[in-house]
Amino acid sequence: MVPLSYYLVLSAVLFACGVAGFLMKRNIITIFMCIELMLNGVNLAFVAFAAHWHRLSGQVFVFFVMVVAAAEAAVGLAIIISVFRTRETLNVDRVNLLKL
Amino acid sequence: MNATDYIRILPELVLTVFGMIVMLIEPLLPEHNDRKGLGMLALVGSLLAIAATFYQAGYPGQAWFGMVQVDSFSVFFHLIVGFVAATVILASFEYLAVQGIRLGEYYGLILLGAVGMMLMSSAVELVLIFIALEISSISTYILAGFRRRAAISAESSLKYFLLGSFATAFFLYGVALMFGATGSTSIYPIAASLRTGAPALAYAGMALMFIGLGFKVASAPFHVWTPDVYEGAPAPVVALMSTAPKAAAFAVLLRILFAAAAPGWFWIVWCSAALSMTLGNIGALVQTNVKRMLAYSSIAHAGYLLCAFAAAKDIGISAAIFYAAAYAVMNAGAFIVIAHFASHNERYVLIDDYAGLGRRAPGLAAVLTVFLLSLIGIPITGGFFAKFYVFSAALKSDLVGLTIIGVVNSAIAAYYYLRVIVVMYMREPKEDTPIMPMPVALGVSLTAAVVVTIYLGVLPGRVLNYALQGARDLVK
Repeated sequence: MVPLSYYLVLSAVLFACGVAGFLMKRNIITIFMCIELMLNGVNLAFVAFAAHWHRLSGQVFVFFVMVVAAAEAAVGLAIIISVFRTRETLNVDRVNLLKL
Repeated sequence: MNATDYIRILPELVLTVFGMIVMLIEPLLPEHNDRKGLGMLALVGSLLAIAATFYQAGYPGQAWFGMVQVDSFSVFFHLIVGFVAATVILASFEYLAVQGIRLGEYYGLILLGAVGMMLMSSAVELVLIFIALEISSISTYILAGFRRRAAISAESSLKYFLLGSFATAFFLYGVALMFGATGSTSIYPIAASLRTGAPALAYAGMALMFIGLGFKVASAPFHVWTPDVYEGAPAPVVALMSTAPKAAAFAVLLRILFAAAAPGWFWIVWCSAALSMTLGNIGALVQTNVKRMLAYSSIAHAGYLLCAFAAAKDIGISAAIFYAAAYAVMNAGAFIVIAHFASHNERYVLIDDYAGLGRRAPGLAAVLTVFLLSLIGIPITGGFFAKFYVFSAALKSDLVGLTIIGVVNSAIAAYYYLRVIVVMYMREPKEDTPIMPMPVALGVSLTAAVVVTIYLGVLPGRVLNYALQGARDLVK
């Protein structure tokens, strides 16, 4: 049987990949995909802990995370379209009317 | 599952029903209709939700298999959210007409967002807290981009969305680790498990949840998105999202830190409070745009609120709850005045545009002055007692260093708030800035905000007692 720590390390690596991509990528769609990667890292941790504790609540949580991620994707893509319509670019460095 | 279960989520049910009705009627209306009727319907919905909250206060306890809990703590935050939603809806009639936005979804989204914010304050299960957080966030992402043709509005919406989802992922990872440490996702079982000893996972989970919620309440060092998002989003939406979701996120933070007794948060909160106050106030000093200035000031206010977190249990929590209420009212009021003055395409949002406002629109200037004085913390306004309770709670818990940082920061803050007042009353008006007559709905909403601000400053006793009771319910 694969021990719990293997799953947790993998989930931490997935989450860290997502964070690194979020901070380094310049295309809005890619950045959005990195957030999904982070959420999947979280899901893996939930499932691993659910198996460890023999409690279903962790697995149920994963369903809710997936549903909410889908809702977020719908709204997020709509926002990205409206940005593209006004600025005609998907590069975050050029979406800079508001100074950061 | 009996009738009281439904009563314990009654305000949310009312808002959901009205939100759905607004969304369903909207496509049936002709294109040229100004959607004021839908706005009135939404207003009725939010007022009914406030009434339902008062009714619900008589039925404290848990419902839906320990998912939600009604106590004076949750009722207090329900009232804050309901009040802010109602005033913002009232103020939006004129704003949407001036901007030429004819979309009824605006009101529906405010109501549905309020559902999420209310649920955040009564949820005692991390699954429900997460869903409520997302309901409120997703609605505000859309609302931030509601001036669809303005590039800055779309940009503000995009930044809010990307950083908000990023923060949510951190919050979720924290929840996962907390689940791993305790084997439960319910606040009270988590507390019971942590009392017997907290494993290292629980510390990591607490820190990650704080990062996620720190983004939502815009506390340093997770505040960078705030000025950009507030500058680009429509002003009445900023009135909503700088107050109600923030208060709700603070409610979640209070529940996790105190009710769930999460370990090892003291220095994290201390540092975040000191940083938020300092960075927020210093950032606000150099701004020329009023919305951006108030965005930095809202970061500073999150810092003052976190001071109360670091203080001892009972008085600290009640000071935080009182501060959330006072801040919500005065900040929403200030942004509503800005929304009225901004005019078509939000053209007049610079501090220089306010020159001579005291002479040309005495009423409007006086109202804005009340809110700004309250934000400074001048006596007989709600902001004074809010700050007073926070700092006295901090002093009583021997947090001398944090109190000194806070008081010095309040003095710095006085400079930039007073600068707006000076410009309004002492500077010659520029003739090209038009002043629109004040519509009745806007007048009602501003009057309500001023009355509550003064009430909290003159007779804070009742509200404070209720806040204290809420604090006791929370840590019981």
